[in-house]
Amino acid sequence: MLKQILVYALILALSLIGYFVITEPIILGPTASMVIIILIALVLLYILVRTIMGSFVGRRTVFTFVAIAVILPFFMTVDQPIKVSPEVQQLYDAVMALRPGSKVLVSFDYDPPSAPELQPMAESFFALCIERDLKIIIMGLWPQGPQQADLAMQTILREEAFAGKSWKYGTDYVNLGFQSGNEFVIQRMGGEIGSMFHNDFYGTPYDSLPLVRNIKNFSNIDFSFNLSAGYPGSVEWVQVAVDRYGLKMGAGNTAVQAPQMYPYLRAGQLTGLLGGLNGAAEFEKVTGRKAKGTRFMVSQSFSHVVVIAFIIIGNAAFFLGEKRRKKPEGETS
Amino acid sequence: MRRQVPLIITFFIGALLVISVFIPPMVSLKETFTLYFDIIAVFAFFLGGGNLLRVHLGKLYGKKQDWGFSLVTVAGFAMMLIVGLFKIGNPGGIAASITAEGSLFQKLFEYIMVPLGSTMYALLAFFVASASYRAFRAKNREATILLIGAFIILLGRTPFGMMLTSWIPEQLSILQIPNLAIWIMNGPNLAGQRAIMIGIGLGVVSMSIRILLGIERSYLGEDK
Repeated sequence: MLKQILVYALILALSLIGYFVITEPIILGPTASMVIIILIALVLLYILVRTIMGSFVGRRTVFTFVAIAVILPFFMTVDQPIKVSPEVQQLYDAVMALRPGSKVLVSFDYDPPSAPELQPMAESFFALCIERDLKIIIMGLWPQGPQQADLAMQTILREEAFAGKSWKYGTDYVNLGFQSGNEFVIQRMGGEIGSMFHNDFYGTPYDSLPLVRNIKNFSNIDFSFNLSAGYPGSVEWVQVAVDRYGLKMGAGNTAVQAPQMYPYLRAGQLTGLLGGLNGAAEFEKVTGRKAKGTRFMVSQSFSHVVVIAFIIIGNAAFFLGEKRRKKPEGETS
Repeated sequence: MRRQVPLIITFFIGALLVISVFIPPMVSLKETFTLYFDIIAVFAFFLGGGNLLRVHLGKLYGKKQDWGFSLVTVAGFAMMLIVGLFKIGNPGGIAASITAEGSLFQKLFEYIMVPLGSTMYALLAFFVASASYRAFRAKNREATILLIGAFIILLGRTPFGMMLTSWIPEQLSILQIPNLAIWIMNGPNLAGQRAIMIGIGLGVVSMSIRILLGIERSYLGEDK
C-alpha cells in the first residue's frame, strides 16, 4: 500500500513539475519525429531478432511500447493521409443537404470513458451544424451524455471561427438533458417529445424554449445524429425512431460498436456512420476542420502498428517454441 | 400461490400487449405501459445506489482486502450526491441548475469524472496489446484467417494502411489496405452481423413465448 502511495505521489509530483516548468507546448519537427519513428522501429526489430534467438519479452515491454506509441505522437509532427470512407461521406452529404434553420436532434448516449473517441465527433458535428445554421436539439439516454454535450458545445463556441456567430441558447440550440427509460424514451418521444422532457437540462420548462416549443414529435425533426457507446444507443434509435417513426438518422459509434451498425447502414436505415476515432478524423477531413480526431489519430495509428509488431513477435515466439518442442521428439525417434 | 400470481400477471400483460398490436383501439396501450417502465427505472437508481453503499460499507466495516478503494468509492459517491443535492458551490444558489457553468458539480464532473473515465478506457490499449501478443497465434487455418483479417482492419482503420499501399495502381485499388478493410466491413462482417441479428431475433421470440407460457421462470429467482 505504501509503495503504491509513493508511486502515485511521484506521478503527481512529476505532473506538477511538468505543469509549472513546461509553459509552452513541446512539438518536435518533422525530422526529429522521423528519427524517433526509426528508432522505435529499430528497437522493435531488435526485439524480433532477440525473440528469434530464443529470448522472449515480457508484458511490461509490451506495455512500455504501447505507452510510447500513444504518448509520443502528441509531441510529434506527422502528416497522415486520411481517406474518407463512403459512410462518412454519406453523413456529411446528408447534413449538407439540410436547409438552414432545419432542426437536428442529437442524442448523446455515452459517458466519459468513451469521450476520447466520441467527443471529437460531437464537436465536429456541432461545428458543421453551426456553420450551416442548423438548429440543434440535444438530449441523452445516458446520464452523463448531456454533460458531454455541454462540454462539446462550449468547446466549439469558444473557437475563433465561431466567435462572430451569435449562437443563443433556447433559440439556436437547447439541451433537453437526460431521461431514463432507454428505448421506451424514444418510443414515447415518437408520440410527444415534451412528455419525456418537461424541463430542459437547466430546469427551463419545455414550452418556454422557443426552439422546441412547436416541436411535437419526430415528424418535426429534419435529421437526427446519435453518438453511442453501447446500450441504449444507435441500435435502439434505429429500431424505434427510424423503423417506426421514419426519422432520418446518422450515427457516430465507438470502434467496437461500429461493425454492428453495418447491417442498418447497408439496409438504408442509417444515413451515414462514423466508426471510432478513424471516423472522427475522416469527418474532420471532409468538413475541413482539423481538430482532435486528426491529432489523436496519429497516436491510434502508432499504437495499431505497435500491436501488429507484437503480434508478429508473438507468432515468431510461438513458431520457434513449436519447432523446439518438435525437435527433441524427432531426435528420440 | 407465490409462483402462480407472477406467472398469471406475466401471461396476462404479455398476451394483452401482443393482442394490442392487432386491435387499433388498443394500440395506445404500449404507451401507457412504457410509463410503468419509467417508474420502475427510477427505483432502479435507488436500488443501484443502495447496493453500492451496502457492498462498500460492508467492506469498510469489516476492513476486508482493498478496503481503501471502497473508502474512495463511498467518499466519491457521497461527495457527488451532497454537492448535487444541496447545490454546494453553485453560482446561482439553490434555485439555479447544478450543471451551470462554474458550478462545483460541473467542475467535479469535468476535472475528475472525465479524466478518470478516459483513463479507465485508455487502459484497454495496454490489455489489448498484451492479449494480442500472447494469444493471437496462427495456430491453424481459421486462426490464420482471423489474424490476416485483424491485420487488415488494424492497418486499414489508420492512415498507415493508406501510406503502405498507396503505390498500388488505381485499377487494382481494391487491394489497397483501406479498401480491403472497407470490403471486410461490408462483406464478411455484414454477413456475420446479420446472421447474429437473425439468431438473436429468433432467440428473443422463443424466449418470450417460454416466459409467457411460464416455461422459463428464471426471472422469478428460481431455477426450476
